[in-house]
Amino acid sequence: MPELTRYMEPTMENNKVTNLLTDPLDVINIGLEGFATELKQQGVAVTHVDWSPPAAGDPKIADLLSKLGT
Amino acid sequence: MSSTIINEVRRGFYLDSVALMRFSRAIASLDGIEEAALMMASPSNRQIMADAGLLDATSDGAEGGDLIIGIRAVNAEAAETARAEANLLLDTPTGAQGEGQSWRPKSLRAAVKARPDANLALISVAGDFAAAEARKALRRGLHVMMFSDNVSIADELALKREAQSLGLLVMGPDCGTAIINGTPLAFANKVTDGDIGVIGASGTGTQEITCLISQGGGGISHAIGVGGRDLKDEIGGITTLMALDALDADPKTRHIVLISKPPAAAVAARVVERIAASQKTFTVCFIGAESWQLPDNASLALSLKAAAEQALGGRALFADFQAGALAQPAPAAKVRGLFSGGTLCAEVQTLFKAAGEQVMSNAAIPGVLDLAAPADAHKIIDLGSDEYTQGRPHPMIDPSVRDQALQDAIKDKSVGVILLDVVIGYGAHNDPAGHLVDSLGTALAGDTLIIASVTGTDADPQNRRGQITKLQAAGILVAPCNADATVLALACIRLNR
Repeated sequence: MPELTRYMEPTMENNKVTNLLTDPLDVINIGLEGFATELKQQGVAVTHVDWSPPAAGDPKIADLLSKLGT
Repeated sequence: MSSTIINEVRRGFYLDSVALMRFSRAIASLDGIEEAALMMASPSNRQIMADAGLLDATSDGAEGGDLIIGIRAVNAEAAETARAEANLLLDTPTGAQGEGQSWRPKSLRAAVKARPDANLALISVAGDFAAAEARKALRRGLHVMMFSDNVSIADELALKREAQSLGLLVMGPDCGTAIINGTPLAFANKVTDGDIGVIGASGTGTQEITCLISQGGGGISHAIGVGGRDLKDEIGGITTLMALDALDADPKTRHIVLISKPPAAAVAARVVERIAASQKTFTVCFIGAESWQLPDNASLALSLKAAAEQALGGRALFADFQAGALAQPAPAAKVRGLFSGGTLCAEVQTLFKAAGEQVMSNAAIPGVLDLAAPADAHKIIDLGSDEYTQGRPHPMIDPSVRDQALQDAIKDKSVGVILLDVVIGYGAHNDPAGHLVDSLGTALAGDTLIIASVTGTDADPQNRRGQITKLQAAGILVAPCNADATVLALACIRLNR
């Protein structure tokens, strides 16, 4: 049996989910451009990233780079 | 005469999968082309192209960041014409580029620098890269909605734990639907604003429930997607529990609907404990579960329609719909369900099972036979599952995924009723009803009854009423919701007996 994740009660200071539900949405879209187009049509602030696979398309190196904060 | 195969590799050239699917179809439809695909050269895509007989040695060195043009044609001339057309399409500016948008960030880091108030990353890149992008987003303080699938459960757990420690939400992976403060994200509908919150481990389940609540005079505060695996033991319901906290604290939300497949027992216990601690009321729909021990402030709904009715305070939906009066004798005894929505497919199975009918499915709920079982039963198929969508877009984006299965069902003399969903809204095909009617063509004049429902609202870009009118004009029986379409199908096959 896999170990159960321990659920940590978020504190009021670090729980930003409430802000997501109340602040205006400002979306960064990475991937399907159609999602950005539709949000824009609805008047939602959206920035579409002109993305291409990082690390010359090597997912393992891309994963490593993301962990290093780059 | 043997075919000609042409490959061309574009190094470091990226386009999203939907754009590439569109181009692939355009090239495949050219004269003299047997098969064609334009795909990023990930290992899984290369396998799909190899299986389709589209690769030659030219593409051997292609890597994940490269694009492969693969064409198989009746002769070299047709292949070269198609290659030229493919290159023309790839070099034509798309979307916002064509509209002259001056600057587009090349990375999430650049985007956040330009938009310091950004609060949500919507990620739909290929699964191999999705976890890395999600991690970058979390570390820049963004909540994440991961539409991408094919993300490992280990990555999902790591991301959700990191998000939890930062007080951020990870919706997904494989999260198709969310509505945040009235804004539909990815595959979602324009519903009425209101005081009912939804937490959904299921995209189409959330779509059906939010639309039914909206049609029934209620409204949605927020619909938070959690991803299909959140309530499994391995993840422990991290996002579901955070969403419960958020909606419980949200003054706009009065009642909360939770929709999921039946969760792991230990996870369910913690979710139920969290519900019991709330002052708000809950509707719980663990689709496929017939009973569940819930606290006094929560009630179990056996179907999506029942969940919407309970959320509306017990108001009956579509009370004037009389399946018995509309039913026609089915010409044969079996129902074939062909669904683009996985949870709509599950709802049908639930209702068939409750009616004592033997059902089989490729996405079987507990107590339903697997499609491979040697049985003479109704077949209810989820066309959005992996075996139908590998290398192809989801049927909600590309309804042609259903075309062949429809023709097969019409030719099958044991099938008396074909039961369908038509799902509209943001993200979905711009006219799925029109496509369905066109693909049926003259088959509509046959004996087989076709019954459908349309998940969506009149405020959606496709307009639900307009979609229903198209279906009805073609002779398709349209019920007001998926559950009612199922009841109508059952009534039709009973008249056959």
